[in-house]
Amino acid sequence: MTSGIRRRVMLTVGAFGAVAAAAIALAPLVGSTPVDLRRALDRSIPFDQNVDAQILFVARLPRTLAGAVVGAALASAGVVFQGLLRNPLATPFTLGVSAGAALGAMLAITFNWSFAAFGISTVPMASFAGSLGAVLIVYALARARHSGLSTDVLLLAGVTMNAFFSALILFVQYFADFAETYRTLRWLMGDLDVSSYEPLITATPLILAAFVVFAWLARPLNVLSLGPDGAASRGVDVARVQRSAFLSGSVVTGAAVSVAGPIGFVGIIIPHLVRLMVGPDHRVVLPASALFGAAFLVGCDVLSRTLMSPIELPVGVITALIGGPFFLWLLVRKS
Amino acid sequence: MVTRQKIMTPQALLVLSVLGLVLAWLPLRANMQAPPQRIVSLIPAVTEMLFAVGADSQVVGVGSFDHYPPAVENLPRVGALLDPDLERILALRPDLVVVYRTQADLKQQLARSKIPIFEYAHAGLPDITRTMRQLGIAIGRAPEAEKVAGGIERALDGIRKRVAERPRPRVLVVFGRESGALRGIYASGGVGFINDMLTIAGGTNVIAQVNRESIQATTELILARRPDVILELRGTSATAQEIATMRADWNALKSVPAVANDRVHIIADERVVVPGPRVAEGTALLAGALHPQAFR
Repeated sequence: MTSGIRRRVMLTVGAFGAVAAAAIALAPLVGSTPVDLRRALDRSIPFDQNVDAQILFVARLPRTLAGAVVGAALASAGVVFQGLLRNPLATPFTLGVSAGAALGAMLAITFNWSFAAFGISTVPMASFAGSLGAVLIVYALARARHSGLSTDVLLLAGVTMNAFFSALILFVQYFADFAETYRTLRWLMGDLDVSSYEPLITATPLILAAFVVFAWLARPLNVLSLGPDGAASRGVDVARVQRSAFLSGSVVTGAAVSVAGPIGFVGIIIPHLVRLMVGPDHRVVLPASALFGAAFLVGCDVLSRTLMSPIELPVGVITALIGGPFFLWLLVRKS
Repeated sequence: MVTRQKIMTPQALLVLSVLGLVLAWLPLRANMQAPPQRIVSLIPAVTEMLFAVGADSQVVGVGSFDHYPPAVENLPRVGALLDPDLERILALRPDLVVVYRTQADLKQQLARSKIPIFEYAHAGLPDITRTMRQLGIAIGRAPEAEKVAGGIERALDGIRKRVAERPRPRVLVVFGRESGALRGIYASGGVGFINDMLTIAGGTNVIAQVNRESIQATTELILARRPDVILELRGTSATAQEIATMRADWNALKSVPAVANDRVHIIADERVVVPGPRVAEGTALLAGALHPQAFR
């Protein structure tokens, strides 16, 4: 890395990091109930009896952190998938990961499965297993007829798997009763009210490990934007980069969806917005998107729990309501 | 001319009025003589009502989700709210079909086939006995329906009286959440038959001011409203082990009085979630959990 780009990365990470940190610090202070911060932090009251502390640390902090982790994961996975497929419309959900996750969650909810491991409850486990299943099928298909990974086949297989899993979801839903159908529908709208730290403790290491891969991918993805042949001629092992990008991006997405359901639009508007601000270099775009995505989703979650309190709006509805018009504006503005 | 007119008019009037009475009475009489003998019911609560008023032999088809009384298991199933199977319904040659109010397509198709319908929609607790009486009239079992409905109302009154003098705990009624986690918690708002059951059972809903049948309750809401009792209802039975696990999930919210004072009750019984003739028994279960001293 030249010192010029290093400075830019530092500056960008500093600026976006400050935004994300501010969002994470302020979000727990806002909610449907007023919380007395002094009382919440008063160690002399036992935690079990301290309502303010319980609201802050059991209800709000886990969901703020979940918003940050999931937002960072989806936004940066969006960058990786857009770079991998060289398609600005790609999202973390384009290649079937979310549909696989949704099928897993639907099965768990509809048939009332009950198993748990590592402190993770049934639905997140089933959804993560579903996303892994989808990823493996798409990966196997894309590799079947190529030595490397064909992005065309990847895209087609992913889109087809999305449609096929959606059909399976409808098939499963047909056996559900109304309460279950409603719950599965609600799961699809996204929900950050994790109410404990366990889902985060399991998902975060996976996401961080994939972020390490992302850091390594930043430069190759820059070169890949010239096209696979151009990248290969510059000494990039294209197949390896594509494989790493696909698998790490999918793991990040699967982990994020297992925590909060398939929250849409974060993975597409944040990368585009960040590119508008800092340019196309993945070394800057990736960390900036992760931080900005975290801030964005934490902010959306604050809206979701305060706009209509005590009724909570699904966070996926908020991101879509903000994201849809914004994305259209972006399109019109560009052209 | 004048005399003739005088004579004719009262005669004609008499004839006409007798004719009119006969004409009006004939279809009424036909209706009273032939109550529906081939009833199809798509709604679990109404199917239960039909059996409760002794219409067992008149029911020829039931919905996919109907499981009570056990006799329904032997009847043909014809779909349910979202997927009524018109072909199978018509094949049973029903002379009355119980439909849910929102089944617009089905209602149209049945109207085209000239099959009478009985429309039903879930609402509050008083609507259960009201529906039952209307159903009784529609199927020619008004006295039986009156007896059953009156019995339910007396039973509910009895529960109301037994808990009247007792302090009313503030209650959160949960009827669904993700298994093994305090996520996706659905709780009863301030309207609907479950809220009404709670009121009769001697409890006050902590989210009564939300004017909806159900809301998704966040952990923050539950922590802030501090219910004295949490009643978690489910329509299917549960083993002691399952119930213990479900109760233990709530321990994350220790500052909630219900959790701190060990007043989280899991009621795994169909009677608490079906707005049918067993609703008084369901209400008694709620009252027993809220006021154990009064129901020993």
